[in-house]
Amino acid sequence: MLRALRGHPLTYLTLVAVAFFSAFPVYWSVIVASHDNAALAEVPPPLLPGGNFFANVQRVFDTAPFALALLNSFVVAGTITVSVMFFSTLAGFAFAKLRFRGRNVLLLMTVVTMMVPTQLGIIPLYMLMIKLEWTGTMYAVIVPALVNAFGVFFMTQYLSRALPTELLEAGRIDGCSTARLFWHVVLPAARPAAAVLGMLTFMTAWNDYFWPLVVLTPDNPTVQVALSQLASGYVRDFTLGLTGTAVATLPLVLIFVLLGKQIIGGIMQGAVKG
Amino acid sequence: MASPPGGSLRTVAPSPGGPPSTVHPPARTRAASGWRSRLHRLDRQASPYAYVAPFFLLFAAFGVFPLIYTAWVSLHDWNLLSSDNPFIGLDNYKALFADGYFWNAAFNTLSIGVLSAVPQLLLALVLAHLLNRPLRAQTLFRITLLLPNVTSVVAVVVIFSQLFGRDFGLINLVLDGLGFGRINWQAGVATSHVAIAVMIMWRWTGYNALIYLAAMQAVPKEIYEAATLDGASSLKQLWGITLPMIRPTVIFTVIVTTIGSMQIIAEPLLFGAQVSNGAAATGGTDRQFQTLALYLYEKGFRSFEFGYASAAAWMMFLLVVVVVAFNYLVVRRMRGGLDA
Repeated sequence: MLRALRGHPLTYLTLVAVAFFSAFPVYWSVIVASHDNAALAEVPPPLLPGGNFFANVQRVFDTAPFALALLNSFVVAGTITVSVMFFSTLAGFAFAKLRFRGRNVLLLMTVVTMMVPTQLGIIPLYMLMIKLEWTGTMYAVIVPALVNAFGVFFMTQYLSRALPTELLEAGRIDGCSTARLFWHVVLPAARPAAAVLGMLTFMTAWNDYFWPLVVLTPDNPTVQVALSQLASGYVRDFTLGLTGTAVATLPLVLIFVLLGKQIIGGIMQGAVKG
Repeated sequence: MASPPGGSLRTVAPSPGGPPSTVHPPARTRAASGWRSRLHRLDRQASPYAYVAPFFLLFAAFGVFPLIYTAWVSLHDWNLLSSDNPFIGLDNYKALFADGYFWNAAFNTLSIGVLSAVPQLLLALVLAHLLNRPLRAQTLFRITLLLPNVTSVVAVVVIFSQLFGRDFGLINLVLDGLGFGRINWQAGVATSHVAIAVMIMWRWTGYNALIYLAAMQAVPKEIYEAATLDGASSLKQLWGITLPMIRPTVIFTVIVTTIGSMQIIAEPLLFGAQVSNGAAATGGTDRQFQTLALYLYEKGFRSFEFGYASAAAWMMFLLVVVVVAFNYLVVRRMRGGLDA
């Protein structure tokens, strides 16, 4: 039995090939980022990292407001992450464990909103930001992202499975208000899923590009906006662009390497009922 | 759908089987307990709405309202720089229908969408099938597959623009070495579409594979064992057993991928910006890879014709609905070979 399931050499060959193509572009960016521009013209090109990385990083910080951009991105992604974790757990608790009129309709609406192409409303959204005088500030990037349908749905799924109803009923009998139940019973129980949601949210917020590009100014960018400026100058400086890429991607790759297993588990969990 | 009005009843009458002694907390003055129970009822009735409210309020303000207001703006000659925005009825739509650039963008969107989505989902399906068995280094494979999805879209395009570069690009170097000659990927319609489709595929194939894998793991293993005994090949099992069993997931990914494909913007925008800042919003010097979303961006945020761009947005919305409905029907009709 085991022999039949153990996997054909061809299976491994295919998977190794795909893994190679998945990883190579990232590896290549590190190679380019650690050489100078002249090395790119060599035939054959260098296939091992060089010693120029920190000099290039210095150049990146001299060319673009990268320090400010990194700070902005940390503030934006951090705030959004905490907020999404909190409000998604709150709404997820209500949908999973509380009975109220219209619950199913509202939950269905939540799922449907995941499929609404909200990007098409970008012009009035921009006009709204002008009205609120938020253009050019981080408010414009943070506030619309403070909670989203995916998070609510994700936490609903988790809590309806993992939070024992008896525990809540016991709390009720002891005279707990709903808010106290949330703080003392739901939040601790939600922690594993909320952590996964937090990682996914941080990644998405960190990588968000189009809306920040539209609503922010070049002198006060997030890291992705700064990176796109860096890479699209009139002078084609690939080393500069790819060094910026490495710097901008590094925080995420670190998170991913440390917590990749949990992130994958989270994506697969969220998908099962999708 | 029809839940009982307010869960409050349950406090007074505990769920059947519960201990009868807890019907009401005793030993309090009448007034206090009346006030308390009213507060308690209010808590149980209002709290759920308060808890889901943040999401719905936020979505209403920053999701639904802009989308609907887009329709209103699209009926006006609305420019960011002018103070007067006269109502012009359907003129923006008439102009849009006559605009060759709009249809060019529509064609590019569909072309890039098909080129990226179809191979992406097929490959994801095969990869998930390969991973859905006991393997060595299972976790390592999964992490590597998801690595592209962690990279930002900007990073992906910067990296691939270098790889697809005309003079120093690694891909052309290999092609040249194999004797095929160099390709100016940016310049042509077909070549630029392929390059952009590769970037999208690279970023999303692993992600979709994991979603398929999650669904596949819910399929009972006994079915495969029986099929193996019957001599069905691995590929036949994928087509005959797995696909029908995970059809809801397939439909889901097809819809999500379609909606995503119809809104592709960052890839062509950044790919164009690699050539010159002027070519960014137009999707190449000849608009050879300008997508609909990019066209919307050009009209809305380069020339600030809000009315006209809003009309384009609504047309896109209709197009999304049509294409999604079409794909949904196609996928729903697809059936595996061994379907009985």
